[in-house]
Amino acid sequence: MAHESAPTPRLRGKKILVAKPGLDGHDAGAKVIALALRDSGAEVIYTGLRKTPDYIARAAIDEDVDAVGLSILSGSHRELVAQVAGRLRELGAPDIPIFVGGTIPAEDQEALRALGVRQVFTSDMPLAAVIEALAKGLE
Amino acid sequence: MSDTGENELRISGAVPSGIEVPVVAGREHCRNPEPPPPGEYPYTRGIFADGFRGRVWTMRQYSGFGTAEESNERYRFLLEQGQTGLSVALDLPTQCGYDPVDEMARPEIGKVGVSLSNLAEMELLFDGIDLDRISTSFTINGTAAMIYAMYVACADRRGIAREKLTGTIQNDILKEYVARGTWIFPVRPSMRLTADSILFANDATPRFNAISIAGAHMRDAGCTAAEEMAYTLANGLAYVEELKRRGGDINRFARRLSFFFYVHMDLFEEVAKFRAGRRLWARLLKERHGVDDPKAQMFRFGVVCGGSSLTAAQPYNNIVRVAIENLAAVMGGAQSIFTCAYDEAFQIPTEFSAEIALRTQQIVAYESGIARSVDPLGGSWYVESLTDRMEEAMLGLIAEVEAYGGAVKAVEDGWLQSRVARRALRRKRDIDALELPVVGVNCFRRPDQTGAPGETFRLDPQASARVLAKYQAVLERRDNASATRALDRLQDAAKKDGENLMPYLVDCCHAYATIGEMVARLKRDWGEFQEPVRL
Repeated sequence: MAHESAPTPRLRGKKILVAKPGLDGHDAGAKVIALALRDSGAEVIYTGLRKTPDYIARAAIDEDVDAVGLSILSGSHRELVAQVAGRLRELGAPDIPIFVGGTIPAEDQEALRALGVRQVFTSDMPLAAVIEALAKGLE
Repeated sequence: MSDTGENELRISGAVPSGIEVPVVAGREHCRNPEPPPPGEYPYTRGIFADGFRGRVWTMRQYSGFGTAEESNERYRFLLEQGQTGLSVALDLPTQCGYDPVDEMARPEIGKVGVSLSNLAEMELLFDGIDLDRISTSFTINGTAAMIYAMYVACADRRGIAREKLTGTIQNDILKEYVARGTWIFPVRPSMRLTADSILFANDATPRFNAISIAGAHMRDAGCTAAEEMAYTLANGLAYVEELKRRGGDINRFARRLSFFFYVHMDLFEEVAKFRAGRRLWARLLKERHGVDDPKAQMFRFGVVCGGSSLTAAQPYNNIVRVAIENLAAVMGGAQSIFTCAYDEAFQIPTEFSAEIALRTQQIVAYESGIARSVDPLGGSWYVESLTDRMEEAMLGLIAEVEAYGGAVKAVEDGWLQSRVARRALRRKRDIDALELPVVGVNCFRRPDQTGAPGETFRLDPQASARVLAKYQAVLERRDNASATRALDRLQDAAKKDGENLMPYLVDCCHAYATIGEMVARLKRDWGEFQEPVRL
């Protein structure tokens, strides 16, 4: 295909944790983002499915990541994001930025930002736009 | 993103599976320009000689949310509107084997389906619905054997003979490791549980499909149409091997294997996919396994129209998409059809959107006339040649899985998962680059467009509290000693290789043992699946 262009190293030097909290098994989005971030120069750690908020927060701290990306398509984003953000605070790392992707209704996006989420991505967004937003958010 | 690329749009010369097609198809493109009539091996044109004149497909809308009582109300609404079968959506705790009180379960209670942790909930879910008249399909995999046992126990309680039960449990664990992710146990004990339920069903509930081998979720996770069918058939062959190893008679159990797919937007590719898959399955069973019973060779399948082909942007366009996909499903010869509601890309459908989805099927069935003649596209040079090419592509993909070591090894190692993820990335890049046009998403956008769906569905925020209260009440009401005895016997039986666990699970359900309890007992010996995380 014509668009197999050279990857933009927009995220070189960044370390990002892509995580699936809760029981949601839809991991295509998380994996696509993980692969795309890696192609953009980031070091990516993908947790795999069904991780607890505690596991995710500890992994973020142990791996000293620059950002945590949470992928949630089950409708439980409010509860799960609050739990991950809370756990990061309790463990003394309230400054690790959180990004969220998934099936997030427009009216919930504001609520997630209020919980400290840097930005919410939906599946309609082009990958280049996601990467650009992340890069800007991590400058 | 207001500048959209309509000017770059062109009509591609290849279907999304990557097969180039001629501008004008002719007889010279066809390997099988005149396949045998419907009802005759290898069933390219359909499994029934009388098509839909004998019986129209089952209209089965996937539905379920919150508590058993709320879902029961929605089921009765759908049945009153002329729906002909039920399809139960279960919440994630039920699917992953956690009781509602579990820490992992709490945020997910009743979200993507109904919470069904024990027999008391099953009784509420089917209150006033005739189990011997309405066929019910359960999208359940990791805990399929437990939910099926609960359904059988529910019929027992109502005094309905087991052999009268009709319906389906999805029970396709292999694809859960690839997409969808509601696995619990490692692959091999899971295969045992699947075989147990199929073999038990052959005797106890002979009209019930104890497995629906599903490509749908792999498709939504990124597979092409050809990959969806090929990996599904490869998984199907793995179940056949397992059932034969367990002493099952293939001419008998193969009659109750059924399949399940998505229909996406390329109409002729979808029709060709189903025609090719039907032919290939019959050939694989006959040529590799010597199956001669026509009923056992027949490829019966249900579909979903919608899934990831639907968009949150300009959501009303989804009504049109689903109608086109519905046509493909009928012309492909589906036995049961679920049409997604236009708002399904971002929420549980409202009663309003669910009704439009069902009406779409009724319009297609009774107004459009396409159900009149079986396989109306048969003999079209384009469709016959595409059917041939899709079949070749599928055979190549199945050969790759087999060269790796078969479907079980491919998912144990994460090989297939990794292939599907890469395919998903490619699909996303194709959409971003406008190779795959999606109206309202990468072209023909309006600067002011919103994802506003019209009516918004809101789960009752008290549903989760009610589920927890009912759960506690069941634990207090039941005879704990008999529940524990039933669970002990289940655990002992699990240690014996070749012992069918289904009767033990039915006993557990009768004693009001919960999903979480049954799963916990089996985990003690079997452990849990360790996901191979490979990017």
